[in-house]
Amino acid sequence: MTQLLQLEDRFQARIDAEQKIEPKDWMPDAYRKTLIRQISQHAHSEIVGMLPEGNWITRAPSLRRKVALLAKVQDEAGHGLYLYAAAETLGVSRDQMYEELHAGKAKYSSIFNYPTLSWADIGAVGWLVDGAAIMNQVPLCKCSFGPYARAMVRVCKEESFHQRQGFEIMMTLAHGTPAQHKMAQESLNRWWWPSMMMFGPNDDASPHSAQSMRWKIKRYSNDDLRQKFVDVMAEQAAVLGLTIPDPDMHWNADRGHYDFGTIDWKEFDEILRGNGPCNKERLDARNKAWNDGAWVREAATAFAAKRKSATA
Amino acid sequence: MNTEFPLWEVFIRSHGGLQHKHVGSLHAVDATMALENARDVYTRRQEGVSIWVVPSNAITASDPADSDAFFEPAKDKIYRHPTFYQVPDNVKHM
Amino acid sequence: MQQYLLHIADNALILGHRLSEWCGHGPALEIDMAMTNISLDLIGQARNMYQYAATLEGDGKTEDDLAYLRDVPEFRNVLLVEQVNGDFANTIARQFLFDTYHYFFQQQLCESQDPQLAAMAEKSLKEVAYHLRWTSEWVIRLGDGTIESKARIQRAFQDLWSFRGELLTPALYETEAVAAGVGVDLGAIKTAVEQKIFNVLDEATLVRPTDGWMHAGGKTGRHSEHLGFILAEMQFLQRAYPNAAW
Repeated sequence: MTQLLQLEDRFQARIDAEQKIEPKDWMPDAYRKTLIRQISQHAHSEIVGMLPEGNWITRAPSLRRKVALLAKVQDEAGHGLYLYAAAETLGVSRDQMYEELHAGKAKYSSIFNYPTLSWADIGAVGWLVDGAAIMNQVPLCKCSFGPYARAMVRVCKEESFHQRQGFEIMMTLAHGTPAQHKMAQESLNRWWWPSMMMFGPNDDASPHSAQSMRWKIKRYSNDDLRQKFVDVMAEQAAVLGLTIPDPDMHWNADRGHYDFGTIDWKEFDEILRGNGPCNKERLDARNKAWNDGAWVREAATAFAAKRKSATA
Repeated sequence: MNTEFPLWEVFIRSHGGLQHKHVGSLHAVDATMALENARDVYTRRQEGVSIWVVPSNAITASDPADSDAFFEPAKDKIYRHPTFYQVPDNVKHM
Repeated sequence: MQQYLLHIADNALILGHRLSEWCGHGPALEIDMAMTNISLDLIGQARNMYQYAATLEGDGKTEDDLAYLRDVPEFRNVLLVEQVNGDFANTIARQFLFDTYHYFFQQQLCESQDPQLAAMAEKSLKEVAYHLRWTSEWVIRLGDGTIESKARIQRAFQDLWSFRGELLTPALYETEAVAAGVGVDLGAIKTAVEQKIFNVLDEATLVRPTDGWMHAGGKTGRHSEHLGFILAEMQFLQRAYPNAAW
């Protein structure tokens, strides 16, 4: 047995024994690369995700809603920061990850390439998008890589108010004036299917899933999580008095789950290719913030260097 | 020009009387900024009453390859623990 | 009294609103979060003050009625806080000029004979002390940073200097509030405010702009064109869907 195979076996044995892998531990190159890719994409999603919701901060309809939304979008900055830091333990810098994002080479969650067109969208994003995100994220708290798992514990703890915030907005609108109810339904119509796509391709079309499950980076399959989401949301939509825009959605007593219709993966693929309604705006906004901030970062760096040499 | 701010590790005392605990990292140009960034990032929900920041590169960590030599030898020294010693049940306050 | 409370609240709300425009667009994640913290403090202060003003007004008025259903001439904030964000230097200079005033203002307001105002001031003062510390440091960093940052922050102070006077020139309702023992005597904090500004500018190796014409009017409802757009955006839903609950 070669030394490498021995190391790999020992590594997998540790994973199987539910031990955490820490940054300085030996790990297969592919494990490191997978994690860097996944954690940085996750971080990018948080940062880009600030934009569609940030879009409504200045238009929030009450002061209570305004501070809640502002605090929520700020949390997303924090979550991006924790996640970038987790990836940095693997030997990649935050600036390197930014470069990939800004150049359009890195992926982030496609959902954020949809526009927020009404105030109800802030409710729908909180309720559906954060709802889907939480389902994806809770299992990550037990991910085999220590820094990622710890970051996710913090993220999930903070995130718990986000979905409630969204649901409360939807509840208020759905039980408000007829115009507000209509606003809520229209928003659900637009956000439902994109939220369903957040769990990624069907299991038979998801090439990396098996390895990620073996490494315990991923704990549940895309389709299992999606089904869980459907089951939960079907009941919550009923509480709201809103209709999920899927005529094929029915309770299936044999399966003990809700059946649902087919996802239009063509739309998903187009967005991945950069053809979503807001791909360009999102990337432009990130690039602009980064480029406009360059002189500020240079100034702070220069200032610190001056003070350091003055005291040295 | 590389303007990436250096990395810092953040330690927070959550309540008076407890020790500082590592909570995460952040970027800052100097200690002043690191402390304030830690306040702005890591104590938004009353998580702390005191903050330490340390440049990440100032930390020396043990090597996982040394784990056996470092930590295994303590394993069989069970006489360092109170349960190693036998005391009759009727002896109180010990 | 009502005008006085609205003046304090409007200053905080409009500046908090302006700062919130940065959320998601800051020069670095940590800076983005710090600015949002300041924004949240200010909007929180505004809410407390509006709630107090609403109870005094009676009639079932709420904080949102005051924030969302008044038009430009009824707002009592100073012109400085409604000025556009511009670049980061401009935002920092605007915030710093306000923070220096705001810190000594809240400090004095702690002495108000109105116990509720005094209690709110005590809470706000802790927040504002941090704001002032944070913005002072950024003024110094930018001033003593690179050639470009120095030029930018110097220009920002040049541009905003003429909005400084209004902060320390009392409107009638302020003079009345002082006479009633509840308000802050701006004359009494003037020296401290200016000294703080000058000290920080000196440490930042920046030139003090010369005092010339000073703009005024915001305190009595004569605003710049900017406020109309802020309100159009902020009040849109309340105006488009009257009497709806959110």
